[in-house]
Amino acid sequence: MSDILVMKNITKKFPGVTALNNVTFSCKKGEVHALMGENGAGKSTLIKLLSGASTPTSGEIFFEGKPLKAKTPHDVQDLGIAIIHQELNLVPNMNAVENIFLGREIKNGQFVNFKEMKKRSQEILRSLNIKINLEVPVRKLSVAQQQMIEIAKALSMDASFIIMDEPTASLTNNEIDALFEIVCSLKEKGVTIIFISHHLSEIFECADRVTVLKDGEYIGTKDIDEIDESSLIRMMVGRELSEIYPDISSVNKTPILEVKGLSRKGVLDNINFTANKGEVLGIAGLVGSGRTELARAIFGADKIDSGVIKIDGKEVTINQSIDAMKQGIGFVTEDRKSQGLILGLTIRENICISLLKSITNKAFVNKYKEKEIANRYIKSLKIATPSMEAKAVNLSGGNQQKVVLGKWLARECRIIILDEPTRGIDVGAKVEIYNLMRELSNNGTAVIMISSELPEIIGMSDRVLVMREGRINGELTHEEVTEEKILEYAMGGCN
Amino acid sequence: MEEINNKKNSMHLGTYFEKYGMLLLLLVLFVICSLITPVFLKPGNLLNIARQISIIGIVSIGMTLVILTGGIDLSVGPILACGALLVAGLKEYGIVAAFVGPLIFGLCAGLLNGTVITKFKVQPFIVTLGAMSIYTGLGLTYSKGHPIIGTPEMLRFIGQGKVFGVIPFQAILFISVAIIIAIILKYTPFGRYTYAIGGNPEASKLSGINVDRVTIYIYGLSGLLAGFAGIIMATHLNVGEARLGTGMEMDAIAAAVIGGTSLKGGSGTIFGTVIGILVIGILSNLLNLINVPSYAQMIFKGLIIVVATVLQGLHDKKSV
Repeated sequence: MSDILVMKNITKKFPGVTALNNVTFSCKKGEVHALMGENGAGKSTLIKLLSGASTPTSGEIFFEGKPLKAKTPHDVQDLGIAIIHQELNLVPNMNAVENIFLGREIKNGQFVNFKEMKKRSQEILRSLNIKINLEVPVRKLSVAQQQMIEIAKALSMDASFIIMDEPTASLTNNEIDALFEIVCSLKEKGVTIIFISHHLSEIFECADRVTVLKDGEYIGTKDIDEIDESSLIRMMVGRELSEIYPDISSVNKTPILEVKGLSRKGVLDNINFTANKGEVLGIAGLVGSGRTELARAIFGADKIDSGVIKIDGKEVTINQSIDAMKQGIGFVTEDRKSQGLILGLTIRENICISLLKSITNKAFVNKYKEKEIANRYIKSLKIATPSMEAKAVNLSGGNQQKVVLGKWLARECRIIILDEPTRGIDVGAKVEIYNLMRELSNNGTAVIMISSELPEIIGMSDRVLVMREGRINGELTHEEVTEEKILEYAMGGCN
Repeated sequence: MEEINNKKNSMHLGTYFEKYGMLLLLLVLFVICSLITPVFLKPGNLLNIARQISIIGIVSIGMTLVILTGGIDLSVGPILACGALLVAGLKEYGIVAAFVGPLIFGLCAGLLNGTVITKFKVQPFIVTLGAMSIYTGLGLTYSKGHPIIGTPEMLRFIGQGKVFGVIPFQAILFISVAIIIAIILKYTPFGRYTYAIGGNPEASKLSGINVDRVTIYIYGLSGLLAGFAGIIMATHLNVGEARLGTGMEMDAIAAAVIGGTSLKGGSGTIFGTVIGILVIGILSNLLNLINVPSYAQMIFKGLIIVVATVLQGLHDKKSV
């Protein structure tokens, strides 16, 4: 096989930062090549160089033997390169067919030929073995289906080279499997794929080779057969797999949060459970099983129809988020960008937003105290930033998550609910978040962690609740929990 | 270490541009004006500009607050007009009624806007568009379509008074309102919440901010300031009329936008809006001084709005 893409001695400098330092990367025709590295390792910068969005400071790029001179996304398309970004670029109110052919509509004279477009879309989708309703606006489809439309769009342009930037970041396990099947069938068609991901297991399922970047440096390229998970992690972070999850605690546990008969029509059905001081309680289940809804109900973000919430044995009324916060509950939301952070505000402002009232001095916010608090959590959470006045939008995913955590830690929460706390963040930051969660629980906080990543649930939880269709379908202790048991409860098994 | 320092510097430079870019535009405009016509720099003319922008300035500050939350308030003009009518209409009930009446009306009208927007989850544009018609209709009904002439003599200092015999009292009121609101925005939790809600309402709610209440208060403030501006207008002209505020919402939005307030909400400053209103005021003053007919003036006013916004877009891109 010959190299379809060669990036040679690439250096990319931004003012004050060297994002890529003398990186060499090549891709063979027809392979699935995984590009890995922590956030900030330079993966996205490398991809941007291919999209025509930016040019390297020094170094050369060859595509099919010729220097790559693409300046706009359109030039790139003409070369047969398609990039599927992490944030999908579909028009929400248009249907799948309209999206697939957006900007390249098939015309019949001056009019759009919907019939032909639909026929071609169906052919492409069939060849990938995908079933999608072509009539409804894509906003009504799942994220996974939308992603598949992006792939179909790439194929409709006769792309022979597809770059997928963290395609699995917001998919459930079933959806990820379906995506892999598509990746395999693309490979059979001779399409070359660069696959960017944080998930180690995925790499082993579908990639032929893997290249690791770290801090803008090239670390190495390996055939997937000659490497295992732990050596891959070592390449990425210089850390062993066994060091990822901190030890399970053995602190004496007393109940702090009791939920009885909690119901919300169509979403939650008679939920009963207890969370103890000093433990990490994992909540597993498929997406849509009611995990996030349960968290939102406890936190007062959604109204409940019936049920009792007790804290320290006393029944409390929670009608809105502020009531839950007064009881010492904190909620790190699933989607930090749309629900956790105010991206336009600074780190200091985000950390302090929930406790401003407690640090006012005659109606004015006490700046000195505010800075002290922000500084304390930037230090203790090791948030990497030049200044507390940096805007949240400019931080990496891991650091953003730490800011959200900082917001709740600053309130000294006794119960903290984390919804997918490590989604989309790199292994190094994950380990730090895990250690923080354990530290919190060791200090007597009840930590409730919702996660779709089974290794994380198993590695972190003292107890695991498994939800299915709005109910708690099973409870497992740390000793008895396995991936199989969780899946059994999540997919339909019963107590 | 050096890298970190560099990053810091470039960030400061970026925020510097963001903050003072429009100030630069204002200075350029100032220099151009003084070169074109010597009359421009005469104290009398400058004080005249200060008076001309005060009423719309106060309305623009309220508008800025609303836009910061990601909303819009199209009803400020009619609220101002109703306020002006009440000053004239309530004069026989004493000066307290004539002064407090418009304020209460403005506040209530604004709170009502905010309540409908938050409780029924209707877009601010639609609610205040409806309100615009309702309050205009109220004013016309109240005044039977005629101007109400005469305002309480003791209140006239508000619109006509001059401090030290030269500085228009209106201008002092405008500056005071600007400073007070700027302080509230910058240093109180309420101010921080205003930015937070505009930046991300969902995250704000989940951070324990009572989003609805803050939003309602913001519309209340906008209404209150419009009512206050109505008092100034009525006492200045010594008349109340139901169509006094026509088109004012557009000028107020323009001032906020020229001053760098994002229509998406979450970013902008009162300082910027003051600059924005100065840009508009100085430009129309110049056009008057060089005898540009009022119809043609509208063309220039429109151009400056678009040009200023384009310029801002340019540095936004640079700073990213």
